[in-house]
Amino acid sequence: MATPNAPLVMKGGPAAGRLLAKVDAMSGTQVEACYQCGKCSGGCPLAFAMDYQPRQIMRLVQLGLEDEALASSTIWVCATCFTCTARCPRDIDIAGVMDALRVLATRRGLRPGDRNIGAFHRAFLDSVRRFGRGYELGLMLLYKLRTLRLTEDMGLGLKMLAKGKLALLPETAKGRAEVEAIFREAAEGAREAAEGARKAAEDSPETAEGAAAGPGRSKGAAGGDVR
Amino acid sequence: MTDETLRFAYYPGCSLNSTAKEYDLSTRAVARAIGVELVEVPDWNCCGASSAHTVDPFLAFALPARVLVQAEEMGLDVLAPCAACYGRLVAARAEAARHPDYARRLEKATGRRFRGTARILNVLELLGDERVAAAVAGAVTRPLEGLKVAPYYGCLLVRPPKLTRFDDPERPVTMDRVLQAIGATPVDHPFQTECCGASLGISRTDLVVELAGRIVGAAKLAGAEAVAVTCPLCQTNLDSRQEAAAARLGEGLGLPVYYITQLVGLALGVPPARLGLRRHLVDGLGLLRQKKLA
Repeated sequence: MATPNAPLVMKGGPAAGRLLAKVDAMSGTQVEACYQCGKCSGGCPLAFAMDYQPRQIMRLVQLGLEDEALASSTIWVCATCFTCTARCPRDIDIAGVMDALRVLATRRGLRPGDRNIGAFHRAFLDSVRRFGRGYELGLMLLYKLRTLRLTEDMGLGLKMLAKGKLALLPETAKGRAEVEAIFREAAEGAREAAEGARKAAEDSPETAEGAAAGPGRSKGAAGGDVR
Repeated sequence: MTDETLRFAYYPGCSLNSTAKEYDLSTRAVARAIGVELVEVPDWNCCGASSAHTVDPFLAFALPARVLVQAEEMGLDVLAPCAACYGRLVAARAEAARHPDYARRLEKATGRRFRGTARILNVLELLGDERVAAAVAGAVTRPLEGLKVAPYYGCLLVRPPKLTRFDDPERPVTMDRVLQAIGATPVDHPFQTECCGASLGISRTDLVVELAGRIVGAAKLAGAEAVAVTCPLCQTNLDSRQEAAAARLGEGLGLPVYYITQLVGLALGVPPARLGLRRHLVDGLGLLRQKKLA
């Protein structure tokens, strides 16, 4: 596939450049190459449920509108199906950009733009960290408990239990200490990255509002909280 | 198989141990029937799908990489039937090339050295392999004549195409060929690679009911009697949310959603009881009995 030609440089001040550079580096792609054709939005199976269309998220990143991008429901509603990535005529890994934005939102301790989806990911990773393997029944119960939706899907859950589709007890990986060590190493790296971002923001205070105390910041959730 | 035995490091992943046990049973049964040897990765862990990549890139690399390292130690290529696991394994290999420090951090955390030498195969890649396809064709004892099946490839076997390098991302054909080889009739429909919503099935059920309705509705409209899949998330979403989707559409659906390996196993004469056909929420046996295939 052809590499895009000379990239368009957006003039949006230092904040704009910083978000673009971060997202480009994390996703290994060039968001500045987006020329807003809308093919990503047109093919996205979940566009109907998003607040910003994928094309608009690309523009927010180009313009450095970090708070808007990170608070959007879009980045959580995205199911990472890669339809956009496969079709982008500018060769941008749009699903990879969504991942980068989710990671940035997590590192800043922001409340996910869709709370149920955020709660699911936390419950899922808690289960993996604990057992080394996913424990579906435990995951469902934990998730339903945390989102106070215990009765929803109760009937389906019972049907699945009856069909033997949900194991009652967790299986564990023998090497779950290694899995735990992987989680610790990830958390350490994320803390370092969050610290680096905070320092960079302090160095140019006119753009620091985004990194220090953006809207929707949940109390007590320090950056780099990998669960 | 003919001359040399095909051997793979088998990575079932979490779903194949639980919600998708029938995928595990049928994959192993098919492999046995055609003489492909599957050696389970001894201490596999969760690959991190569908969550690790949403919170931390190193975590998203290291969880599947720990599985790949074990396959490398076995000196075998990896067979990963779950499309989500397959996607994460393939992504891990690419991320290692992009971030040289990741392998070092994995070694620091676990003492395991990642080399990135193992090839990663999905189930259709295996069934589409020339030797395997010939073995399957030669071993069919109960052709699934008259069974009209909509192939549903989903996302992660064919996308992102730069990483998976498997089939055509918009118009894949491997499953169609497998269905033909076992005597079934593949039914063309427009939603073969549209996303089912994956893990949103739990957190945003409303969205998956909508997507499942589109996919199964399109298959039914095209004349299919059943859907064939290669992913536990696809199977669970299309199977478990079909009733709600039908209610929303105001029309009956009722298409059983089979793993492709269940259908291949059936055609190879594996007894239905050993293919987990009773584990479906939309009855999986009734249609097969009506067609005198089970």
